[in-house]
Amino acid sequence: MENANQKSGRLLSVQNLSVQYEANNEVVKAVNGVSFDLNYGEALGLVGETGAGKTTIAKAILRILPDPPAKLTGGKILLDGENLLDVPADKMPEIRGQRISMVFQDPMTALNPVKRVGWQIAEGIRLHEHCSKAEANERAKEILKLVGISEDRFREYPHQFSGGMKQRVVIAIALACNPDLLIADEPTSALDVTIQAQVLEMMGELQKAKNSALILITHDFGVVAKSCDKVGVVYAGEIIEFGTIRQVFEEPKHPYTKGLFEAIPSMSLDVDRLSPIRGLPPDPTNLPSGCKFAPRCKYRTERCRQAVDEHDFGDGHRCRCCMYSEEHGEGGK
Amino acid sequence: MAKLIELKHLKKYFPTSKGALHAVDDVTFDIEEGTTMGVVGESGCGKSTLGRTIIHLHESTDGQIFYRGKDITQVSKSEMSELRHKMQIIFQDPNSSLNPRMTVEDTIREPMKLSKRFSRAEIDDRVNELMHRVGIDRRMRQAYPHELDGGRRQRVGIARALAMDPEFIVCDEPVSALDVSIQAQILNLLQDLQRDHHLTYMFVTHDMSVVRHLSDNICVMYLGQVVEICEAKEIFRRPLHPYTQVLLSAIPSTDLNDQRERIITKGELSSPINPKPGCRFAARCAYACEKCMQPQQLAEVEPGHHVACCRIHELNQ
Repeated sequence: MENANQKSGRLLSVQNLSVQYEANNEVVKAVNGVSFDLNYGEALGLVGETGAGKTTIAKAILRILPDPPAKLTGGKILLDGENLLDVPADKMPEIRGQRISMVFQDPMTALNPVKRVGWQIAEGIRLHEHCSKAEANERAKEILKLVGISEDRFREYPHQFSGGMKQRVVIAIALACNPDLLIADEPTSALDVTIQAQVLEMMGELQKAKNSALILITHDFGVVAKSCDKVGVVYAGEIIEFGTIRQVFEEPKHPYTKGLFEAIPSMSLDVDRLSPIRGLPPDPTNLPSGCKFAPRCKYRTERCRQAVDEHDFGDGHRCRCCMYSEEHGEGGK
Repeated sequence: MAKLIELKHLKKYFPTSKGALHAVDDVTFDIEEGTTMGVVGESGCGKSTLGRTIIHLHESTDGQIFYRGKDITQVSKSEMSELRHKMQIIFQDPNSSLNPRMTVEDTIREPMKLSKRFSRAEIDDRVNELMHRVGIDRRMRQAYPHELDGGRRQRVGIARALAMDPEFIVCDEPVSALDVSIQAQILNLLQDLQRDHHLTYMFVTHDMSVVRHLSDNICVMYLGQVVEICEAKEIFRRPLHPYTQVLLSAIPSTDLNDQRERIITKGELSSPINPKPGCRFAARCAYACEKCMQPQQLAEVEPGHHVACCRIHELNQ
């Protein structure tokens, strides 16, 4: 491959992506018009609660959603300008693992229990780089060292590794072919904090060294703050706020984002009572019209029930909320 | 304030084919009435086993547990069943701790029915009252667990724990399976219940910000042993044990201006089966020396601040 360090500019552009699951005469609207851009060398965090649609967005990019029940109902996914949704299905394996790869949530189930870890890491290299077995093994050993595992363990099986080590192996598999884009779905949620710190540190270093892009899916705002440049807050299948870490963390605009920050117990401030967001996320088979967050929002007006605007604050910070449109006047706080 | 729970050299070993697994190894501390003791540590450090041993879900291997000054490690069956009413537990995973074939109402009713302390009419009244208290709508009485979301399921688990008017509740990671917006609702509920019913909690969790919010005192465990114990705010202000420092620095903070230095440790937890006598954190500790191979004693370093580290005075000068 050419020198990765020389790549720059736009890598991925997701435009108006929509996905729904159709089963038992029910339509679950999982992703509803999601758009974002990602450059080489950037790390994007997608945060949101269970069922918000984060993982569906990731799987849609890799086109590994099972159809049926999943249907891509609209949008474009441009990788270096090429729309992945137009790529014939039999050409996708050349992109998966080679240009885009994914780290799955649970390291315990992501590995094949009856294959040696070395074999599993080398598999991608053998398939994509068309090199000899010995060469692939050599490269796999290097990658294993890169993720901080001694090459003595190359011929061991997954059950011989601890949780943190298994997650390193999963990351090694994903990185084996130097992908331009790594999608990590809750890579550290199953790990303890001290191990999480090790894994995040390692992933960050490798991403910077290879100048690749990273999409980190998590429900943990702290993890995003430590490892990402940009963040998209996902709610009911929409990105309701998007911006740089500083923009979103220091001046959150959307009432949902603000609510989440207030609901997390602080490590430095003392509060007697937390302020939870009232109510529950909406039922994805029966989403409210207009703003999806309106039923739980303390600033809602009549207008929120009909429509929602996307407001751009300039400098890339945008938010899907009527509060900031002109007709609403001053807006929230 | 009176001491509700006193642990003295409490041990719980599990026999395995490779030897004894030291899940809880010589734990000594008190919990005062009406307060919350937060127990933190990483998975496998023995924090859940400790909670379960205190309320006799596990038989202790050695040591003593005093409840209101009475040793409860050696009590008769009838005394134990009386004690069980006073000591309850809320489990981590509301999906697996509720019987999928019992309705909300039946789940809450069960402990009262078994105790034979109440008449049918009383039980019905209490079920209504408990559901109201934990914030489950009356319409949900006949619902089965799979019809409820995670937050409501956990509310049912809390109502069940409250049914027998307990004094002491072990909360074993009660909010770990919940999303943040729901987590805050449950934490507020637990706080309200503690205030209204004068409950004593032992709050077991790996989430440091949750434990900081809720606890009066915090105890940090590593591989079955207590390494540091003190007042909650103090441990965040001045963590003294090297492991506590590592643990706190590893938590990713949402505060962007947080200038804490991140200490990244090498290696992972060693095996709790037949551990070596010395400090169990020594293998990963940046300050380990020869003295650390000796058994460590929990010592009061500052008033109310206990640490088990032989180098504590040199390290924190």
